[in-house]
Amino acid sequence: MNQVNRNTKAKGVNRRQFLAASAKAGCAMGLLGLGVTGVAKQSSHLDPLAIRPPGALTEDDFLSACVRCGLCVEACPYDTLKLARWFEGAPTGTPYFTARTVPCEMCDDIPCVKACPSGSLDHSLTEIDESKMGIAVLIDEKNCLNFKGLRCDVCYRVCPLIDEAITLERQHNQRSDHHAMFLPTVNSDSCTGCGKCEHVCVLEESAIRVLPAHIALGKTASHDTYINTEETTLEMLNKGLTL
Amino acid sequence: MNSNMSNTTTPRFAQAAIDELGWWRAHKFLFLRRICQLCVLLAFAIGPWFGLWLLKGNLSSSELLATIPLSDPLATLQVLMTGHWPELSLLLGAAIIALFYLVAGGRVFCSWVCPVNLVTDAASWLRRKFHLPRTSEMPKNLRYYLLAVVLLIPLFSGIAAWEWVNPVPVVYRAILFGAGSGLWILAAIFLLDLFISERAWCGHLCPTGAMFALLGKASPVKVSAVNAKDCDNCMDCFEVCPERQVLKPALKGTSPMITDSDCTQCGRCIDVCAQRVFQYQNRIALKAENNQ
Repeated sequence: MNQVNRNTKAKGVNRRQFLAASAKAGCAMGLLGLGVTGVAKQSSHLDPLAIRPPGALTEDDFLSACVRCGLCVEACPYDTLKLARWFEGAPTGTPYFTARTVPCEMCDDIPCVKACPSGSLDHSLTEIDESKMGIAVLIDEKNCLNFKGLRCDVCYRVCPLIDEAITLERQHNQRSDHHAMFLPTVNSDSCTGCGKCEHVCVLEESAIRVLPAHIALGKTASHDTYINTEETTLEMLNKGLTL
Repeated sequence: MNSNMSNTTTPRFAQAAIDELGWWRAHKFLFLRRICQLCVLLAFAIGPWFGLWLLKGNLSSSELLATIPLSDPLATLQVLMTGHWPELSLLLGAAIIALFYLVAGGRVFCSWVCPVNLVTDAASWLRRKFHLPRTSEMPKNLRYYLLAVVLLIPLFSGIAAWEWVNPVPVVYRAILFGAGSGLWILAAIFLLDLFISERAWCGHLCPTGAMFALLGKASPVKVSAVNAKDCDNCMDCFEVCPERQVLKPALKGTSPMITDSDCTQCGRCIDVCAQRVFQYQNRIALKAENNQ
């Protein structure tokens, strides 16, 4: 490089030097760019369980938009939101929360979304009950007390959308053959993913957990027609169609 | 810090200026800059520390007195390059910051606000202190290539990938949000500057600095070698300047003003010069004066 600089000062840049220097710098920067992109892409999958604030765009869009300013974190009155750190999973500097530690309190005025300057938290979200931070999943039926026939019900009682997002489904208790079991059941259409159920679960490790929607939910293929099976079948029978 | 130490073979760096002007005046702009850097940090930090919300957020984007948005133009450009259209406040904030540095002088951000400046200044101070041998320097225009890369990554990958490793917001994130584990980036920069290549980060690579340098091309505030005829070639300004190449045209050329936008306007050349060669000048005011 010194050689190049000295020559440059003496005679100005000739074409060969210019092309060589540009090619070197271009290659170095190209490699650096690939490296940075690689790190970024990979670390965005390190912690797929990090729950984003209300109104967050889908993870890829969120990572395009978020400038990592922390305004949502400072707007949160319950210290729910944190900025992610290096070596700890979620992409560094982006907001997330851990429901088991501090769940979302679902403020009516949604201050975190209002504070977001980048729109990575969608400002069209005005009703907190409409938010989709994640989906609660009763992940461990074996250890859940209600599945043992007890009436723990804590996750159901604490749910801000009680009887909508979590219902208790009554079932015969096979074990005693005498009593009923009330099974906490999440309705994924209503669940906001606030994480209060995960927060309060009385077990040492929570039996119910909030997962990001893309992990918690299945999806029917777009060509599948059994979405409304009963109607479709009747229609086919009436019209005499065959499969 | 007393002059007894300097009676040995080699005189201490900037001893002439210290003798001529006194220790404080020979470090005036250094102290003003450190105070300025600290004040900006405190303006943010008194929020989470004491509940006094003057500035919310961090250097990437913030809100002054809960009304005026301020945001990093580079972060905003990256978001735009991903194809995401942000809220108006981010764009407005970026425009305000861009306009501010357009007027105040481009890389003024680097020397008067950016916390990474402390790290690279510390490395170069140590180099000077221990008389470490000069290393080969990277090409100066590398930062513009990096700036281009930083803006092209989001175009192709759809994510603002530079923000993973961008060292500029790291200190603020650590202090305001307790995310200290990102400080490894600053440690890496410190070691790079100290042992591998002089002034490697701030002087050659940083794309934020490159962006502010481009903004600063039009800025009216400049350092000028108004008394270039008094220069006694002691080389103290070259020793301390983070962008040495900007000095020569001003000292030996036809126009005394340092017009090269690589100049961070840190004012250290003003400090260390016993001959009082340099001072800050306002281009526009000067022009108006000359026209009268």
